Amino acid sequence: MTPSSTTTEDDEDPSRRDFLVLTAGAMGAVGACCAAYPLIDSMNPAADVLALSTTDVDLAALKPGGSMTVTWQGKPIFIRYRTQKEIDESRAVPMSALKDPETDDERVAQSVFDGKEMPQWLIMIGICTHLGCIPLGQKPTDPHGNYDGWFCPCHGSQYDSAGRIRQGPAPKNLYIPPYEFTDATHITIGKTAGKKAA
Amino acid sequence: MSSSERIAFKNPLINWIDERLPVFSLMQREYGQFPTPRNFNYLWNFGAIAMVMLVVMIVTGIFLAMYYTPQKNMAFDSVERIMRDVNWGWMIRYIHMNGASLFFMAVYIHIFRGLYYGSYKKPRELLWIIGVVILILMMATAFMGYVLPWGQMSYWGATVITNLFSAIPVFGTGIVHWLWGGFTVNNPTLNRFFSLHYLLPFVIVGVVVLHVAALHISGSNNPLGVEPKTAKDTVPFHPYYTSKDGFGVAVFLTLYAALVFFAPNFLGSPNNYIPANPMSTPADIVPEWYFLPFYAILRSFTITVAIPFTHVVLMSSKLGGVILMFSSILMLFLLPWLDTSPVRSARFRPVYRVFFWFLVVDCFVLGWVGANKPEGAFILIGQIATAWYFVQFLAVMPLLGIFEKTLPLPKSISEAVLKKA
Repeated sequence: MTPSSTTTEDDEDPSRRDFLVLTAGAMGAVGACCAAYPLIDSMNPAADVLALSTTDVDLAALKPGGSMTVTWQGKPIFIRYRTQKEIDESRAVPMSALKDPETDDERVAQSVFDGKEMPQWLIMIGICTHLGCIPLGQKPTDPHGNYDGWFCPCHGSQYDSAGRIRQGPAPKNLYIPPYEFTDATHITIGKTAGKKAA
Repeated sequence: MSSSERIAFKNPLINWIDERLPVFSLMQREYGQFPTPRNFNYLWNFGAIAMVMLVVMIVTGIFLAMYYTPQKNMAFDSVERIMRDVNWGWMIRYIHMNGASLFFMAVYIHIFRGLYYGSYKKPRELLWIIGVVILILMMATAFMGYVLPWGQMSYWGATVITNLFSAIPVFGTGIVHWLWGGFTVNNPTLNRFFSLHYLLPFVIVGVVVLHVAALHISGSNNPLGVEPKTAKDTVPFHPYYTSKDGFGVAVFLTLYAALVFFAPNFLGSPNNYIPANPMSTPADIVPEWYFLPFYAILRSFTITVAIPFTHVVLMSSKLGGVILMFSSILMLFLLPWLDTSPVRSARFRPVYRVFFWFLVVDCFVLGWVGANKPEGAFILIGQIATAWYFVQFLAVMPLLGIFEKTLPLPKSISEAVLKKA
């Protein structure tokens, strides 16, 4: 490699300078990305927050017609032990009547253990899909709306006995979280059939 | 800055911005073409290194502040959460913690460079003074930052140093209670230290801008202490010193990385991994290494000054120590006038050069004394080292300027450089 420290040689050989500037600039950009990545990743949920990403719930205390609310990832989860009347009512609703068509079977698809389906267990995220209020209907004294389900007091959205939007401004049915029955009366919310929720 | 002096840029977007706010012209002029003495040695890298450290500290500090809780019952745990749960939190914390040490290391070398080469002399007196202001702001910032983890050393270091102000006659106790926001170091103290610790670095940025602006008026000093006379004496800052500084920063960052990844707690006190206990003082309270010389000076004043044959105390040893310690820093402001020599660089001052190294050794001795308990031989050694520090600045420097026989200066930088070749 011929030593070229004088300016005249660099002037006569501009492509060498261009090459050096380009490669140095590229290394600098790579370095900047490497430096930025940990800082930005540090803002992602930390290990302790991720550890709370699944919640175990014991359903044994609930009787038919009973409801309970638990927390999962900071969100309220409505758990309802539906009566046969509620299940039948829900199954009878035609898809054309729904803003967000979903069959009752689809809503309780994860409520299965040991091959046995348990459509009485309705488990949903209790956040109105309109603007995020928590609908009323978990307590027997709460208003349930006209569809035997849940009623959101903020803007009047009404959900039926499968948590589907029937009336009011909410665009979607109450969301179903991933959950799994670990035995007939225990669920883990945040996990589906062996896979962890994203 | 009239627009007629502005040279248009080729890129139309850059030119449009520059026409309205000439930031690109400014960068071109002050960091592109700026004529810089061609004979810098690597000691001149440390200003740029210090700037890089300031940015690193601010960036890591802002991210740490996202995860830290400034409340006495939660502060220590929030730091442990950063270390264990926050993604890369351990790395960001260690970078910030060791960054403080390396920031001071760079700044101390930068200052000693100034002392050796006479960078504080006319016309750079104000540049030097602004630099001392930056040093003081850094010390305040570092002190408050160290309190935030709320470990044993955080708490007791805060107690000892804030208690210094009680030495002020009449108003001392009131001032200390005002500083504390209470009757001891407690939650109010922690809260306000967090606020000020976040604020001061940005004040430092502002003062650094003044520091660089002042430098760009006088131009840089150089190892010969002879001002550039012709264009032959200088080179444009870019590419010569951008690349040299880039190299220096890379070496510095390697040392920094070695510390962060292989010995992150080497410079710290293990006591600070014990949560603060206001009922129990650790056996040895030591500040971080960069404060040790000042700590030694503080503890060196052991006599009480009183009116003879009475109990009337004029100055307690506590007050004496505080005055000495603050004086040791404030004296730096007077340096341009304490040093009377017309010759700038120690290269041509054979006697001053010897005393310079005495000062360096003295500072290390003071640091070593500060790290140890004030008992036995350490007391006397600390007192001698403190006395020497003041004698050096207040007696040696003024007298040397008058009596020292200096070596003949070269006519210009290029002449000196070419003579060597």
